[in-house]
Order: sequence, then structure tokens, then C-alpha cells
Amino acid sequence: MSLLTDKKLLMGNEAIALGAIEAGVQVVTGYPGTPSTEALETIARYANRCGIYTEWSSNEKVALETAVGAAYSGGKALVTMKQVGLNVASDPLMSLSYIGVKGALVLLVADDPGPHSSQTEQDTRAFGHFANIPVLDPATPQEAYELTKLAFELSHEFEIPVILRTTTRVSHSCGDVEVEVAEPAPVEAVSEGFVKDKRWTIFPKLTAERHPWLENTQVQLSERFSELSFNSVSGSGKIGIIASGVSALYVKEAVKTVSNFEDLFTLFRVGTVYPFPEKAALSFLKGIDRLIVVEELDPYLEEQILQLIGKAHLPIDVYGKKNGFFPVSGEYNVDIVIDSINRTLAACGESLRLSHASPAVSRDKLPPLPIRAPTLCAGCMHRTVFYAFKQAAKQLKKESQTDTIFSGDIGCYTLGNAYPLNMVDTCLCMGAGISIAGGLSRTNPKAKQVAFIGDSTFFHSGIPAVINAVYNGADITLAVLDNRTTAMTGHQPHPGIGLTVLGNTSKAIEIADVVRSCGVEFVRTVNTVEPDCLESCVKAAKEAMNFNGPSVLVFKGKCVGITKPDKYYEIKPEACTGCGFCIKELGCPALNLAGDKPVIQDSCSGCGLCAQICSSEAIFIGGEKL
Amino acid sequence: MKYDILIAGVGGQGVVLASRILALAAMKAGFHVSTAETIGMSQREGSVSSHIRIGDDVSGSLIPIGQADLLLGLEPAETVRNLPFLKEGGKVLVNTHAIPPASRPPGSPEYNPAALLSFLCSYYPDILCSDFTELAGDVGTYKAANVAMLGAAAGARVLPFHEDILKAVLDAEIPEKYRAVNDAAFERARKCIRFISGI
Repeated sequence: MSLLTDKKLLMGNEAIALGAIEAGVQVVTGYPGTPSTEALETIARYANRCGIYTEWSSNEKVALETAVGAAYSGGKALVTMKQVGLNVASDPLMSLSYIGVKGALVLLVADDPGPHSSQTEQDTRAFGHFANIPVLDPATPQEAYELTKLAFELSHEFEIPVILRTTTRVSHSCGDVEVEVAEPAPVEAVSEGFVKDKRWTIFPKLTAERHPWLENTQVQLSERFSELSFNSVSGSGKIGIIASGVSALYVKEAVKTVSNFEDLFTLFRVGTVYPFPEKAALSFLKGIDRLIVVEELDPYLEEQILQLIGKAHLPIDVYGKKNGFFPVSGEYNVDIVIDSINRTLAACGESLRLSHASPAVSRDKLPPLPIRAPTLCAGCMHRTVFYAFKQAAKQLKKESQTDTIFSGDIGCYTLGNAYPLNMVDTCLCMGAGISIAGGLSRTNPKAKQVAFIGDSTFFHSGIPAVINAVYNGADITLAVLDNRTTAMTGHQPHPGIGLTVLGNTSKAIEIADVVRSCGVEFVRTVNTVEPDCLESCVKAAKEAMNFNGPSVLVFKGKCVGITKPDKYYEIKPEACTGCGFCIKELGCPALNLAGDKPVIQDSCSGCGLCAQICSSEAIFIGGEKL
Repeated sequence: MKYDILIAGVGGQGVVLASRILALAAMKAGFHVSTAETIGMSQREGSVSSHIRIGDDVSGSLIPIGQADLLLGLEPAETVRNLPFLKEGGKVLVNTHAIPPASRPPGSPEYNPAALLSFLCSYYPDILCSDFTELAGDVGTYKAANVAMLGAAAGARVLPFHEDILKAVLDAEIPEKYRAVNDAAFERARKCIRFISGI
């Protein structure tokens, strides 16, 4: 095979996909999660051509275990997930570190400092440390591509899973990437097949035997990492700066605001963060008076370097998160890094300061701006279901003074919490809404409990909670919002659709059948597509809430993000009283005020919810959408 | 060379595509490029922005405050929101077509697009603005407002590469089905800005 380098504009996740294909990946599994999703989707585009088995698994634990089977057989496998997905996969992962692998197994885990699209700001570098699994931390799409290939090499050589950890600004950043192979070529199948061996069956005795091996591997990896060019030193100043990931780029840009930065600072960029490359770090620390640590999320590097400085009895002061010089949370940028470095310079008596560009209009000079929070799309079926439950709960309150608590879950429908719907009272993690509703029912026996869950999330981790509700007789109502896709992460298929990631037909699992087989007696499927469905949705919601014991409503509809609307609505100005009820009640992005009366915008996808709540009957079908 | 562009808009306006086209053009012109986009939850009708950093060196993808050379605003309020990123003397192109937020939660300030546009003009008198949504709608679809704004940037000669490069990338990236309408939006906006700015 000839090596033709090529330069492409790649998103970090695409670069990882191409790196994995070049490394010879044979089996790729994952569960969608921002900002990790595009890695698997990119590989799926090449799957047939390159002979790579690719699947969206039902959850991250299943994805990892599937990849583990492939790696036990000598195959090369990749699993992709976001940081909270690693929590789901942590059970097999913690045991796997003792067992190890044979072919290669790489986990792409995408962290989300900010967070932009996540429940937590957890740091996978620290997770790798906890789990004894090496972690590589790229700064750019180019490095992501290269470190992916290194991850496969290390995994194969040391027979251990390896984590490629990215952050949003790496996974979702696009950059020019020099790739070695211009077009992905078919991978060579290297799997020799599964060989029966006691090493694959975890047992207390085996764990005890493997633990010293695992610890020794960490030492060996630390030594190896100290030799790698991904951990690099630049500059010759007395002030040391250590950084990893995209923070290292912010540091480079920040220090360049002073002209003689190379004489003032020495920068140590760490690309292979766990096990910490101690030897390389010690050699960097020679000649350093003071050390600044720049990293997003946990003070991981800071703890490693403090430990090393203590072990080596070095007289170096360390400035980082632990002594309040750097923010302990949130996403960093060049400005935050400049301010924080300046604080350290001031604290150690330096007169030097890094400088900011000053904008013509600073933030405090901006006029008041409208709040523009993310919201459910125009015509989203979730809005109809939330609104129906809101009406049902209002009626129950009126009839019997019964309160209702609404537990939400993770997906587009988390946006049901937003004004004016305000229909999510709790939200914790994937699948938690159903069990939390069960718990709430024990301590709030007079209130009705409703849990909302999406179709993909139901398959991910909702089923055990349904079984528990039946087993322990929890009086809850579950509303499954079945819009036939994993919408929030970009419309991936799931077990209920009947399609795989490659578009092949598979058995579509009916959610109503699943809950029935779990023992739920009240199961009903409710249509949300018809433009007059609100009344039947309210009726079904009320009946389910009045049922004693677990009840399930499967609301079937469509995602307007992937279906073409067939009609749109209009408001008859002469019939409209301008009461604004439609706007205030629904918060639909297609409804706006023009003067003193609402108008319906082009984005209307014809759900008809506004027409159903208009007391003046001023809203009607305007025509067909072509 | 270093040139930073910020595109601001509302989820669904095609900020990501506009960003990709500028990045590809910059690469074709021989520069390094690094972009940061808003993908995920905020895409749903929320405020979105793309940072495009073009230059001789690779840098982090987020533009520091006060360093953007060009701000392409697809929506007035979102343009103002991102104004602190623009450097003194930077260029601003604004689509005057306002998108009011879907709902007005208690405490959210009233949206007055005209007031925001005059605020923009008071700090950047050279600002170039037009209703690019309407312009795109006139040639076929309001959805091509993002491409119209690229045409406007080309017309205003504020990009660090020749407009032919941008045009070639656009033709290669837009599926054939939508090419004619996007080309038309690009051309109309390019000419319109050239006329307004007298270049």
C-alpha cells in the first residue's frame, strides 16, 4: 500500500475515525452522546468499503462489552461515548483492566467542560487514573488522529484498554489534518479467533494474580510515555507551565502576548496524561523556580506534579486550582488563562503581565439582550404530550386537589423544563426518571407521579426501572415519548426503529410489547400525529394517572428534524383577538408577535397544537407544504 | 498572517455550514485553520456561534475577546451578543432580519431589533447591513441567508482569500439540488454589498 499524505479539513471526531481505520479497527461500537457522536458515524460511512463491523449499541455498557468480546478474540475494537457514558460502562471497564485484552481496545471518551451539553463536568483523565487505564489527551484534530493510532499500538502491545480522551473543543473543532492515507482502505482482519484460556474468566484468585501485573504495567507505561514526543518541552524560562489538551494551546497564545516569552517561560505539554510521564516531567522541572498548572476540569496534572515535586524534594512553588489561582470549573479560553497567569505573576512578585486585546465594546457595555434558550422545535411532538399532561394535571388538581410531580430524563425532552411548559421537575441521568418517580411515590403518596422518557433512552436504561416499578408495585405513570429516533445527538437509529447504523433492516422492538412483558397491566399507545390529537392525549394521560399501579403510555409520533412536514397553519387576523394565549402557553418557535397579533412563521411544521387551544378558532390549515 | 472570523446566529440558520465553507476556503488558500462550532443542545433555536481562526500557526479554536477581525451576524441580537469578540476597527456584516426568541421567560428583556442595530452603528459606523433572509427568499429560499452572507463578505472584500476560492468551495460543498439557489443568493448578496459599500 502506498502512503500518500493528504490534507483534509476534519472535525476532531472525524480525525479519530480515520486514525482508527488506519490502525486497522475491525469492530466499532458506541452509544450517541455529545460531543462524541460523529466518530462512530464517520466510521459507519466507511464500514462497508473497509470491512468494519459498526453498531450503535443499546447503551455504553453493552457497547464496551461487545467490543471486549472482539478484542478477546484478537480483534481491534473501538468504543465511543461521552463522559457520562463512561459511568454506564464503568462496571465492565473496572474489571477489564485486570483481565486486559488481546487484539486492541480503545475507548473514545469525550469530556464536555462548560458543560455545553452534559449533566456533569467530570474529568476522564482522573477516571483513567482511578481505573488504571492509560489516557491520551489530544489538543487538536491533528493530534487526535495521531494519538488514536498510538492508542491502538499501546493497547495491542501492553494488552490493556486505552482511553482516548477528548474535550468539546477537540472533538467538535475542525482543523486541517495531514493524514497518511488519502482514502481509507479495507482493514486487514487480524483476529485469530477466540482461544480458550483461564485468563478470560475473572475470579478473585485471578484478580489477585493480575493486580501486580496491572500496577507494574502502569510503571512501564509511565516510562514509555516519558520518551514520547507528544510530551514536549519548549522555551527556557524559569517559570514553568504545565498543560494538557486544548489548554496547552491557550497557554501558547497567552504567553505570546509578551515578546521574550521563550526566555521567561518553559512550557511542558503533556499529551499522554495517565500514567503521568514522571521522568519527562522531572527533566522539565530542572531549572524551574515556579510552576503554573493550566488544565480544565479536575486538578489532575496539579496533583501528579505536586506528588512528584514532593517525592523528589524539589523547591518549586506550584500555582493552580488548589491554591485558587485558576478556576476550578467551567471551560477555559485564552482570556481566562491570561488572567489566571497574571494572578500568579502578581503573587510571586513579578512585574511582568500578559496582555489582553481590548474590545471596542466590552460585555458590560452591551444593551440588555433577549434570553434565547434552546427550545423544542416548532411542531415537536413532545410539546403536545407535555401540554396534554399539563392539562390532565390541572384537571386532577381541580377535581381532587391532587398534585402531580413530573420526572424527566435525558434527551430533547429535557427541554420540557423550559418556560412556558415547565414540565420537568426532576432530571438526573439516563433512565433515572422512572425510578425517581417510584421513590417519590413512597414519600409523596398523595401526589401523582409521572415520568417522561424518550424511545432511545427507554432502550438505553429505562427497562430495569420499569421492571422494578412492576416488581415493587410503584404507583407511577410512564410516558414514553416515541419520536422514532435518538434526536438530540443528531438522529441516530435505535432498537425500536428496525434499522441499524448502516441502514440495514433489523427487528424493530415494540416498546408497548416490552413493558407488557415486564408485567405492566395498563399499557396504551397514543397517536400524536393527527392535528386533533390533544383531547385524546389529555384523556389518555388522565386515565393512566388515575390507574392504581404502574401504567405506561407510549406516545407515537415523529421528529420534525427528520421528517418533511405536509402542511402549515395560518392565523386569520380578523378572527384573532390578539389574546396571545397560543404564544404564552406553548412557547413554539413558529409563533411570534407581529404588532399586537401573533403570526405563524415559515418554520411551522403543521402539528396543529396552537389551533387546538385557540378559543377564537382563528388558527387553521394554511395549505400543504411542498 | 492571522485572521479571526466569528459567525453568530440562531440554531437552524446554517452557521455550521457557513463556518465549514470559510474553513475549507482558508485551507485551500494555504492557511492553517481551526474552528469551534455549537453542536448539540443549544442548536435547538438557541444562540449559536462559530469561531474560525485562520493563520500561519495552529491555535486553539476559540477567539479571545477583542480579537476577531470580522463578525458575520446572521441575526441582530446575536450579533450584538458577540460584539465583545470583535477587535477595535474590526468589520461587521449584519443580517437585519430579526428572529424573536420563541418564548419570553419572566425577566427576559424585550427584543427591540432597531435599537440594537443603532447600537451596532454607534460603535461600528462602517457596518454593512441588509436583510439577507429576505434577499435569499427572493431568489428561492430564506434558508440560504447563510450563503448570502458569505457572498456579502466576498462583496465587501473582507476575507483573507480571493472570492474565486470561496466560490469554488461553495460549488463543491453544496449538493447539486440546492446549488443554483445558493449560487443566486451568493451572487445577489455580493453585488448588493458591492453597491452599498461602493467598492
